[in-house]
Amino acid sequence: MDIGWYLAVSALIFTIGAAGVLTRRSPLVILLCLELMLNAANLALIAFARMHGNHDGQIFAIVVLVVAACEVTVGLGVIVAMHRRRLPIDVDEMQELQG
Amino acid sequence: MAEVLFFVAGSGAIAGAIGVIAVRNPFYSVLALVSHLVSLALLFLLLRAEFVAAAQVIVYAGAVMVLYVFVVAYVGGQDEPLGPRAGSGLRVVSAIFGAALFLELSVATLGSGLQLIDSGGRPVPAGFGSPEEIGSLLLTKFLLPFEVASFLLLIAAVGAVVLARRRGGLSNAEEQARYSAMDILRPAYTGTMAEAVGERHSLPPGAVVTKTPAEAKAAAEAEAEV
Repeated sequence: MDIGWYLAVSALIFTIGAAGVLTRRSPLVILLCLELMLNAANLALIAFARMHGNHDGQIFAIVVLVVAACEVTVGLGVIVAMHRRRLPIDVDEMQELQG
Repeated sequence: MAEVLFFVAGSGAIAGAIGVIAVRNPFYSVLALVSHLVSLALLFLLLRAEFVAAAQVIVYAGAVMVLYVFVVAYVGGQDEPLGPRAGSGLRVVSAIFGAALFLELSVATLGSGLQLIDSGGRPVPAGFGSPEEIGSLLLTKFLLPFEVASFLLLIAAVGAVVLARRRGGLSNAEEQARYSAMDILRPAYTGTMAEAVGERHSLPPGAVVTKTPAEAKAAAEAEAEV
């Protein structure tokens, strides 16, 4: 398959993720949509690594994987802390940093 | 064969992504993301990235998604109304934004004039993307990113524990004496299991702790001798 097809799939997934971040209200789903966008970037990185025939893009994809795992951990910790303080799990109502 | 696999995996990945944003219940969103990740790992395999595909399935579909499921179950995966509360105006705007973003990304990648983009890529040796290659690169050429990533993971783990734990302390001296085997190393009333489960939330005003268990034991023995 041509590399261009993979890039098209990557662009489509990134777009879907961005639209999800814009439309959904639950921070849990927004985190999931961020994952979608990071995965789309990963797919593009790996497609380019295959295109050039070296491993640098794959290493970059692994680092992105690590950063995504960190982001999920901290984000879910924030959501648990919000839940514990009886704050609404809704980004429309969470408009101030000081809860 | 590669074409068939590409279309199966690609449509699976796109369908999973649409499922994530279109399903009302966050729990089903997580399940859709798992199917999306597995399809994406298949795409990675088609691109000769074996190790990244395996790491994707193990780390993401295994560990991170389990974390998600736990948090959804803890917070309560209640159905939420889809879309912004203000009406459908914002949804239309976001659809327009998404279409514009897709067009822009397509133009940026497909129209970039890269010569190899319409081919299957350069010919690669047999072991391309294997754990051996990735591991030797991670420990030689990319050692610094590797170490920085490990520190980032450590910081994130500590941050998650600090964010998600309960705050509080033990209330009286007996409890403190019972739980503190290592209170030389940490301040009184912190870092115990009892604190973690929130057994007591604050010190009474008069409580003063001076004795460590060893001291208390020594004092008791001295008293017994007397």
